[in-house]
Amino acid sequence: MRYIEPHAHMVSRVTDDYERLVMAGCRAVCEPAFWAGFDRSSPQGFYDYFKQLTEYEPRRAAKYHLPHYCWLCINPKEAEDPGFAREVMQLIPEFLAAENVLGIGEIGLNKNTRNELAILEEHIDLAVQHEQLILVHTPHLEDKLKGTRLILSALQNNPRIRPECVIIDHVEEHTVREVLDAGFWAGITLYPISKCTPERAADILEIHGRERLWANSACDWGPSDPLAVPRLALELRARGFSEQDLDDFLFANPCRFLRQCEKFRVES
Amino acid sequence: MPNPEDIVDRGFLEARGKLLEVAAFLDRAERYGRADDYRVVALKKALATLSDSASASQRADAFLRAMSDPTEQPLDRATTGPAAGAWQQSTE
Repeated sequence: MRYIEPHAHMVSRVTDDYERLVMAGCRAVCEPAFWAGFDRSSPQGFYDYFKQLTEYEPRRAAKYHLPHYCWLCINPKEAEDPGFAREVMQLIPEFLAAENVLGIGEIGLNKNTRNELAILEEHIDLAVQHEQLILVHTPHLEDKLKGTRLILSALQNNPRIRPECVIIDHVEEHTVREVLDAGFWAGITLYPISKCTPERAADILEIHGRERLWANSACDWGPSDPLAVPRLALELRARGFSEQDLDDFLFANPCRFLRQCEKFRVES
Repeated sequence: MPNPEDIVDRGFLEARGKLLEVAAFLDRAERYGRADDYRVVALKKALATLSDSASASQRADAFLRAMSDPTEQPLDRATTGPAAGAWQQSTE
C-alpha cells in the first residue's frame, strides 16, 4: 500500500516516526504550521519555526527518503491578538518561495472570535495575492459546526477564491456535507477521542463518497497516532474497499489536490 | 461492502462496551454530586438522539449537532481554556 500523510506535525514527533511512516508505505508527509502547545512570545519565535519547517524538517525526513512539505501561517489560536498575528504574517512572504512550501495553512478559527475571523480573512487575502493553496483548520468539538460555517462564509465572500484550491480539514459527520456541497475539499482527521475514528471515517466515505476527500493523522504533541492512516486502510479493507479504492483515496486523492502546487512532485 | 451480519459481529461488543462506559460515567457523576454539570446535562440530552426515530441513519450527525454551539455570530473575545465538548450558554 502507498499513501500520502497530508497533515502531520512532525516537529512534535520523534525521528523514529519518520521511519515508521515510510515502513507503512507513506510517500510524502505534509506539515501545516500550528500551535506549539504554548503561545510564542515574539514574532521571532515564528521566524525560527518557519525555518524549522522549511529547512530542518525536510532534512530530517530526507534521512528516510521521505519528501517533506509544509504550509505556513500563524495558527488561529494565536491569532486572537491581531497585532501580534499581523507581525507574524509579515514574515510569511519571505518563506513562500522555499521549495517545500505548499501554501497557507493551517489557518482557520479556534474559538470563533471576531479577531480570529479578521486574521483568517487576511490570511485568505495573502494566499490569493500570492496564488497559494489554502489549508483550513476547523475548530474543536462544540465549536466546529459554527466555526465551519463562519469559515465557509469567509471563503465564499472572497470572489478570488477557487474552492478547488482550498481544503477544509477536520470535518466530521455534521460538517462534511456543507464543505463538499460548497465545492471545497474536505479532510478527515483520525484522532483517538476528539475527532474521527477509522470506523467513523469509513462511514463518512460510504455515505459521502471519496471525491474531494482525504484522511490524515494530524499527529502532534497530543494523543494522536502517526500511523492512523494505515489503520484506516485496515478498516476500509474490512468494509470491502479494494486495493485500487485504497490507492485512489489514500494516495491519488491527496496528490490530485496537492499537485495544484507545482512544487509537490511525488510521482505516481 | 461486507454483509450486515459482519458489521454487527465486528462492532457490537465494542459499541456495547462504550455505551456501558457512558452509563457508568453518568452514575459516577451523580454519585459525586455532579449530575447538574452542563457537560453531563448536554450528554444526557444528546443521548436521546440515539433512540429518536427522527435521527435514524444520522445518529452521529444528530449527536454532534446536539453538542454544538447553536449560535451564529462570532464572539467578541475568546473564552479561556480548551474546547469542552459541550456548549455552555454564556451567562454574560
